[in-house]
Amino acid sequence: MNAVTISDPVLAVRGLKTHFFTRAGVLKAVDGIDLAVARGEILGLVGESGSGKTVTGFSILGLVDPPGRIVEGSIRFAGRELVGLANEELRQLRGRRIAMVFQDPSTTLNPVLSVGDQMVLAVHAHERVSRSAALARARELLTIVGIPSPDARLAAYPHQLSGGMRQRVAIAIALLHRPEIIIADEPTTALDVSIQGQILFEIRRLARDTGVALIWITHDLAVVSNLADRIAVMYAGRIVEDGAAQDVLSRPQHPYTRGLLDSVPGDAPAGDLLPQIPGTTPSLLTLPPGCSFRDRCARADQLCATMPELTATAAMAHVRCHHPVTAA
Amino acid sequence: MTSALLQLTAVSKRFSRTLDAGARIAAWLGAGEGAQTVRAVESVTLAIAPRETLALVGESGCGKSTLGRVAAGIYAPDDGTVSLHGAPVMSVAKRPRKITTKVQTVFQDPFASLNPRMIVGDIIAEGPLAHGLVSRDDASAYVAQWLTRVGLDASFGTRYPHQFSGGQRQRIAIARALAMQPDLLICDEPVASLDVSIQAQVLNLFLQLRRELGLTCLFISHDLGVVRHVSDRVAIMYLGRVVELGATAEIFAAAQHPYTRALLASVPRLRRHPGGDAGFKPIEGEIPSPLAPPAGCHFNPRCPMATDRCRAEPPELVRVGVNRQVACHHAPSTTP
Repeated sequence: MNAVTISDPVLAVRGLKTHFFTRAGVLKAVDGIDLAVARGEILGLVGESGSGKTVTGFSILGLVDPPGRIVEGSIRFAGRELVGLANEELRQLRGRRIAMVFQDPSTTLNPVLSVGDQMVLAVHAHERVSRSAALARARELLTIVGIPSPDARLAAYPHQLSGGMRQRVAIAIALLHRPEIIIADEPTTALDVSIQGQILFEIRRLARDTGVALIWITHDLAVVSNLADRIAVMYAGRIVEDGAAQDVLSRPQHPYTRGLLDSVPGDAPAGDLLPQIPGTTPSLLTLPPGCSFRDRCARADQLCATMPELTATAAMAHVRCHHPVTAA
Repeated sequence: MTSALLQLTAVSKRFSRTLDAGARIAAWLGAGEGAQTVRAVESVTLAIAPRETLALVGESGCGKSTLGRVAAGIYAPDDGTVSLHGAPVMSVAKRPRKITTKVQTVFQDPFASLNPRMIVGDIIAEGPLAHGLVSRDDASAYVAQWLTRVGLDASFGTRYPHQFSGGQRQRIAIARALAMQPDLLICDEPVASLDVSIQAQVLNLFLQLRRELGLTCLFISHDLGVVRHVSDRVAIMYLGRVVELGATAEIFAAAQHPYTRALLASVPRLRRHPGGDAGFKPIEGEIPSPLAPPAGCHFNPRCPMATDRCRAEPPELVRVGVNRQVACHHAPSTTP
């Protein structure tokens, strides 16, 4: 197996398969992926709807509900196997050593508790400290994530805060127990451009200062290009390409990555037709054998009817393609 | 501009919360908050020339969608006039109605804008039938023609919206708007809810149809990359006012309003060229509540150039070049 090899990763996922057993058939949302994140590193997990990026995050957090189930593979966190771990043990890790931030802060925060109360609850979920000590920690973290006048915000309810402030509170809650890794699923997608810019700026600083590892799940290539150290691109449940962020974005090797980058307005002269990827993402219920992208790929031939292996192209860079794009 | 296809003159739109009896009594006793009014659009004057695409750009709450709906004849403006080919878009009455079919809209969310209980053929044919653009006998051929035109199979007319993906639904929404044979198409964030690869397909369809049909467009978007690609001119909005207006290429090359400059700088860019600077600068602060916008220039609390004058006197939108307007006391070409 061509696993991603990082010396001493915080988290290492190998051969992970998460399938959903629906009435219509087996939906292979995640179908054999390898990932690793080192301390202080930001990994951008990029893909379109249905690529399996969110299910990957949920699998790591142990939050996959029936009819979904991890059917194969291993998730090692700090030397410990998470697949098959009892719920209670997972709960001990979640929110303490593995934290999460979701897309919509207006649904992840409790609307009937003040910011201070829910932060104290989050502290007490894993630690027995006094309320005043918990509040002091909450206050400190609100300051760290760039919230002005934290004392006033501790008393505020979520509806009194703007979307950007709510997401900062959610990030502060994620940081309460100094986790080793944060899994963030589209955390800035619901925010305005100027607020997204502020949060990306803070996150980059936090990862640098605290050494927390991050998996940043997003559909937005421009966001990860400014944030991630490494990028993994997902398509139809598999990673089709990974590598250093700059390499993947400036010299994409998989035709899908290349197509995605080309179809973002920016390089083509204004008003010209954009280079587009034809067709749509295939249904995960009826994936044909071989490369899942071949029906939309200009480079596809008979060879692509067999599944390409994830092949190393450089140190910690891989591509899953029989005909990778080599020239710039 | 005398040859304008769409002319908005000093258009304002306000939304007030109607108070219930309890709140009215509380307000009378001095305890409640009283009626709150959002000035969503404040005295905006814009013209769109035939075959031109004007983009309305801004963040949430800036009034761009409201302005689009005023232009589309969905909302009647509280002040000012909207005219298409010199004729009003809405009737003058206590409850004004849209009186033209020549403006049509494509909305952001194709999951909400298509009636789930109607088949696609009926969705597309409903308007043209009601307005006598097509006879009942010719309706199915007419629908098939538009479905083909937007890149869908002519046989899809008998299916329901839930049988289509987001990209396909947005094509159906475009077909529905174009089947009314409009002169002006208003696109309110038409690709914002689509995946990147599908977004390019829908944008290409839009570019193609615009050229083939000679459409004039008001394109509302928060995505500066998309706007730069599809529009001829851009109007930047902030809290209900247009702060900068000009040719797209000029604005992207040399923005004059501090907000436009900050907005352009805060957009994350793809790092496509090795060694290039991928950095971006966030804007300080947040957008103030539109219920209580700051006095003077609305941008002054976040503006690095703000002075006492900016806190007192709202800047007018003034002409600073051919077809270029800026509302800033300190814009390079307005300061002496």
